[in-house]
Amino acid sequence: MSPRRNPWIGVVLWLALALPPVRHALEATMTLQMLVQIPLLAFAGWCMAAFMPRRWIDAAAAWNRSGISGFVLASLAAIVWMLPRMLDAALDAPSVEITKFVSVPLLIGAPLKISWPRAGFVVRGVFLVEVIAMAIRLGWLYLVSPVRLCSNYLLSDQQQLGRIMLGIGAAICLLLAWKLVWGRIDVDAARDR
Amino acid sequence: MSVLRTLLASLLFLAAGAATLAGATDGFRAFTSETARRIDVREHPRALPPVPLQTADGRTTSFASLRGRWLLVEFIYTRCMTYCSVQGSEFAKLQDRLARPIADGRALLLSVSFDPAHDTPAQLAAYQHRSGDRGKGWLAVRPTNAPDLATLKRVFGVIAVPDGLGGYVHNAAIAVVDPRGRLVAITDWDAPGEAEQYVLHGPAQ
Repeated sequence: MSPRRNPWIGVVLWLALALPPVRHALEATMTLQMLVQIPLLAFAGWCMAAFMPRRWIDAAAAWNRSGISGFVLASLAAIVWMLPRMLDAALDAPSVEITKFVSVPLLIGAPLKISWPRAGFVVRGVFLVEVIAMAIRLGWLYLVSPVRLCSNYLLSDQQQLGRIMLGIGAAICLLLAWKLVWGRIDVDAARDR
Repeated sequence: MSVLRTLLASLLFLAAGAATLAGATDGFRAFTSETARRIDVREHPRALPPVPLQTADGRTTSFASLRGRWLLVEFIYTRCMTYCSVQGSEFAKLQDRLARPIADGRALLLSVSFDPAHDTPAQLAAYQHRSGDRGKGWLAVRPTNAPDLATLKRVFGVIAVPDGLGGYVHNAAIAVVDPRGRLVAITDWDAPGEAEQYVLHGPAQ
């Protein structure tokens, strides 16, 4: 059974990420928290979205044409968890840490899972272009900022994160370009309604 | 219909998202925890804990007994080769610039070690000497146990991260404590003029 079909994989992943040693290891550097822990939490939510009853998803669909509402929700939640202040606060305040473990799966992972199949190429494209822009903007900021943006992390760590984010932005950009030139493009998603 | 509903749902999410972001950044003012700490201290002065502090000459003092004058407080560790050595010489310069208020008993400079296990009174005295201590108006102190250190770090918002080379990277700053014994501002460690203004003219209105 593929991970996308089995919501229990999300539960196991979420529990594993919540184990204190795993949590501390993945929060030891800014790079790990932002590019491994938070994306894995979102992925856990993506898997767990399959627990939602079919009826709810159908009811929500009327409010989520082409997956746009879901992308808006996920983008806004992602912006909040990209604030340097929040990365710091997750380490310093248990309440913020709990909020992160609940909101990232629920407000980023699950909406993306529900919305992605509804989105056609244009909506997906707009979303991906914004992901690319965000990765490059933040990457550049982290790379050139002479001050530490997180009190809990070292400057060298911040600069490494900057370089990796520039790389991620460039990689998604190349993938999108490859898809535009050689890929098959469905202007409307199969299940769009 | 689903277009309008989607628009409505998206607008609701946008409004909720904007409100959340505003809340998480103190009204789009603080995107880093350091800025947030400074805004919070300025808007909500903090009472200081009555923990005992051991001075470089082995005596004991506390924020309560230092009340009645402006305190400029820095957190340091004496093994530091980078920031703190400069912090020390900036404090020595401040001793000159604030000579008058210091002589009048209206101001005092205070260096607090966040590495008390290593920073014995002798180490604190050596740190002051290395930095060019002018001999008046500057105390170097350390908390006497781990819970007190934790309390001080929490109240002042001091975060020290091991740098992997046996030292620390920390959010160095000059904390300003008013004569009533309240933490009222946190200013840049490398721009002592700002902290100096508090002593000379009181808080900017």
